[in-house]
This record gives sequence, structure tokens and C-alpha cells, in this order.
Amino acid sequence: MGNTHSFRADKLFSGYDNKTIIQGIDLEIPKNKISVIIGANGCGKSTLLKTVAKLIKPSEGDVTLDGKAINKYPPKQLARILGILPQSPVVPEGITVADLVGRGRFPHQSLFSGWSKKDYEAVEEAMEFMNITEFANHDIDELSGGQRQRVWIAMALAQQTDILLLDEPTTFLDITYQVEILDLLTSLNRKYGTTIVMVLHDINLSARYADYIFALHKGELVAEGKPSDVITTDLVKSIFDLNCVVIQDPISDTPLVIPKGRYHVKS
Amino acid sequence: MKNQSVEVNFIMEGMRRRKRRWLFVTTLLVILAGVLCCAMLLLGNTIYPIHIVVRSLLGEEISGANFAVNTIRLPRMLAGVFAGFAFGVAGYVFQTMLRNPLANPNILGITSGSSVAAVFCITVLHSSNSVISIAAVIGGLLTVIAMYLLARGGAFSIGRIIIIGIGIQAMLDAVISFLLLKSAQQDIAGAIRWLGGSLNGSKMSELPPLILVVLLFTPVIIIFGKQLSILELGEQMASSLGVSTDRMRIILIVSSVFMIAIATATTGPIAFVSFLAGPIANRLVGVSSSNILPAGLVGVNLVLFADLIGQFAFEYRFPVGVITGLLGAPYLIYLLIRMNRKGEL
Repeated sequence: MGNTHSFRADKLFSGYDNKTIIQGIDLEIPKNKISVIIGANGCGKSTLLKTVAKLIKPSEGDVTLDGKAINKYPPKQLARILGILPQSPVVPEGITVADLVGRGRFPHQSLFSGWSKKDYEAVEEAMEFMNITEFANHDIDELSGGQRQRVWIAMALAQQTDILLLDEPTTFLDITYQVEILDLLTSLNRKYGTTIVMVLHDINLSARYADYIFALHKGELVAEGKPSDVITTDLVKSIFDLNCVVIQDPISDTPLVIPKGRYHVKS
Repeated sequence: MKNQSVEVNFIMEGMRRRKRRWLFVTTLLVILAGVLCCAMLLLGNTIYPIHIVVRSLLGEEISGANFAVNTIRLPRMLAGVFAGFAFGVAGYVFQTMLRNPLANPNILGITSGSSVAAVFCITVLHSSNSVISIAAVIGGLLTVIAMYLLARGGAFSIGRIIIIGIGIQAMLDAVISFLLLKSAQQDIAGAIRWLGGSLNGSKMSELPPLILVVLLFTPVIIIFGKQLSILELGEQMASSLGVSTDRMRIILIVSSVFMIAIATATTGPIAFVSFLAGPIANRLVGVSSSNILPAGLVGVNLVLFADLIGQFAFEYRFPVGVITGLLGAPYLIYLLIRMNRKGEL
């Protein structure tokens, strides 16, 4: 997949109901990489992701894809390049897995066209990739949280976009499924070169799975770069207000944050 | 590679099976509606054999049959078919778009908005039928606009819309009661009969606006059926899949309100049809694709069936709205209990 889109935000301000949360952010999303936005609760990670995803209209500044503002694209054309998985999508009652994944084909279909062979193949490939083919004809309600999240990601994959944005794709999942989802996203990035941007809560998993980190504090971008350059004791102190020691992750050699609380500290 | 094609077939087979079920059930609903239409034409004080009915409909002079079939039963049947279809489709659109079976024109007060306008026209202005129709449409649209404006604020919120809609409905129903109390004795009977929802006394001359609106807006809604199924996934997901959510909502809501308001103006608010049709259609067909057509057909069947019951099952003739009300109320209670258990309320 040719994936050379330049995707960037300039002097971005945005928020809700006159409350500005994002305070003038410039960023360029690295191509073909996995980027993770980190920061404390309420720092604006989700707002930033939603703004670059066109789910929130910025009050100032632009988000541009290949030099053109994203709100200038016809919505379906944009949806063939840029996919977003929101934090809590709604499951229609009683729908089967295959039909839900199939809805990801919407931007590729015209008003009157039926299902093409390409549509079926894309659905099959996405389901195969996320390992949910066996559930194809099951009702979504029968699946566990982790399986459901795989279905949603499969739907985003069926959309076949070069860029995929995910808002906390691992929240509410057991650690096993968190790792599973992040592994699958990494395979996606390695196999197709999909540019992935996500918000994650867990700083250590972020450090391990991200190629690039955007660190947010009070709506401003305070640091960006490779995890090993960005995640330091000082940064964690400044954005999370937490004392910690940063060591090397024995598995991945990436930074590992060991928090230091008031208790259980050996003297 | 071989393995992969087996899986494509597995997924495709499932999707096609659901498509076949859709076709099968829809066909059955059409046949059933056809049977009920025939019954509406054949049955009455005098039961005419089918060849007499056909000849009468084709314009042959048959004394007695002409009046009963062409003047009484045919308009009654057509009013039931088109109003039932309009209620079914509009209810389905609202329930699907707002992702909540409670979110339908009955409960949100849109029908009440049309009713207020119509009752005002009947009791105060003594208007003609065409004015009543137009007023009902305007009343319905104004109700939706009021609801939308009141529920606005930040992001689009379904919960807020439903609660405000219920509030508006209570208020409008109070206005209807007020109008009835204030109006002259001789107008009340007409207004009450109309409010109950009835096919009695449907006239051929009243039907063209209803038929026209149904034929005009049904294709619009069906064309955007795919968008409707995407809107069902939530605001953000729909936007992410390339649906212009605001524009699509306006198109679908305006089309549905036109249908429901004209149907309400013609037959009165036939209770619960717009509320029942969608969930019944979903249960029968499954939810793999959009069930606009099946929901409309379920609406037709419900209205015709309820009207036949109302006409012939009891010693006394009940208007259709009483029967659909009897069918709908228990379902509403069941739904509330179930949603409460699942924590959706």
C-alpha cells in the first residue's frame, strides 16, 4: 500500500462549548509509524485525536492531509484515507460480526452499488487479520470485550485506510487483551505500512509499542520523539506529577516507568 | 490461498443467507398485506364475492356493491395501507437513527405536534381537509425544530432529545385537552374521533396528499438507508465512515416527519403503529441491512389487521387506534422493563 500521506496540524486550538482545551499545537504525524499520544487525564489527548480526526471542529488552526484541510475533502473520500475508531462506538442490537465489519466498506460504495467482490474480500481479510473469522455469523452480544474490540478494529481495517486513529483502544480490557490488541496493531503497521496514531493510558505499553510519542500537558505539546528520548523522570514528573524511576524494559529495552509513591519505598 | 477462498465463502454465505431472509420475509409481508387488503374489500355488512368486488372496482355499475366497495371500503383500505406504511417507515427511521425504540414520533411528541395543529383547525378554524393536512405537517416540523433547538448544546445527545421530546409531548397533549375543553359541543365529537385514530369515513378525495407524500419520500428514505445504518453506529463512527451526519439527519427527519404528519392528518394518530413496526420488522428480518421497507409493510399489516379486528371481532365496532393501542401498550411496558433490566434507561 502506497502510504505517503503528509498529515499535520498547525496552530491548533480546540475544545468543547467555548472551553478551549487544545492550546495551539503544531504537529506532524510520522508516516508509516505508530505514534502514541500520552498525558494525564484531562490534558486533552482525546480532544487532540478527535480534532485531527475531524470529529471536533478546531476553533483555530488547521488539520491538513496532503496539504489540503481535512474539512475541504468530500467526507467519503476522506474516509477512504483516514479511519477513526472512537472510544465507545455503539453496537446495533442483534447485528452479526460480519455485517458490522461490512459497514466499514461504506466509504467505498456508491449510493446505488451493491456489494462487490472487493468488498467481500476486504471484509474477509480484515476479519482474518483480527482473528475473528470464526465468529463471522455470531451476534456481537455473544462476544467478550476483547473480541468485540477486535471486531471494531476489523471494521476500521475493512475501511482500508492508510491512516488509522484509535482513541484508547485498550481501555477496559484485561492486560492479556491489551497486549493482543497492540500486537495486532503492530502487525498491521508492519504488514501494510499503515500510519497509526492512538491515545493510550498505560505509559509503559506506550513506551514499548510506540515508534513516536507525543506528550501532552494542559493542552500543550511538551515533548515529542522516540520513547527512549522522551520518557524521562523529569517528563513524568512534569506531566503526571509523579515521582518515578525510569529503567530499561527487560523485554524490549524501551523505557519503563517505575512509580515512586509515599509507601513501599526501600530506604 | 485455497483456505482463504473457503473463508470468503463462509462469510459471504452468511451475508447472503441474511439477504435471502430479508427478501423472503419482505415477500411474505407483501403477500399478507395483499390478503388483508382483499379482506378489507370483501368484508363488511354485506360480504361480496371476489368477482363482484373486482367488477365493481373496474367501474361496472352494480347497485349496492358500488357504494359499499368503491365509496366505503376502497378508501378505507387505501388509507390504512398508506398511513400504516408511513407510520411504520417514519417510526423505524427515528428509532434507528436515535438508536432507541422509545425514540419514535409517538413518544417524542411529533404526532402530538401534528395533532395540536389538526385539532386547532378542526375545532377553532373549521378548516377543510387540505388545510388540516398542511397544518399537521407544519405542526410536526415545528415540534421537531423545537425539540432539536432545546436539545442542542455541545454535541448531539440522544438522551437529551428523548427526554425533551417526552416533555414536549406532555405539554402538547395538555394543549389538545385545552382545545377540546374550549371548543363547541358539536366540534368535539369530530375532533375526538380523529384523535382516536380511525379509518372510518375515509374519503377518496382526502387520500391524494397522503399517497403523494408516501410515494415521494419513501424512495428518498430508502436511497439513504445505507447512511441510516451507519448513523446507527453512533455520531463519531458515522462521521468517521464519511457520512455527513447533520445533513443526513435533516434529510431523514424531514422526510419522516412529512410522512407521519400527513398520515396523522388523514387518519388521526393511530396509536403505537410507528412504535411497534420497526422492532417487529427487526425481529422478523434480522438487522443485517436496513429494514425500511419491511417496517413499512409491518405498519400496513398492523393497521389493516387491527382495523379488521376492530370492525368484526366484537359486537361493537372499535376504531383502529383502540386496537393498536391495546396491542402496543403491553409492548411498551415490556420494553421498559427489559431496558430497565439491561440498564439502558
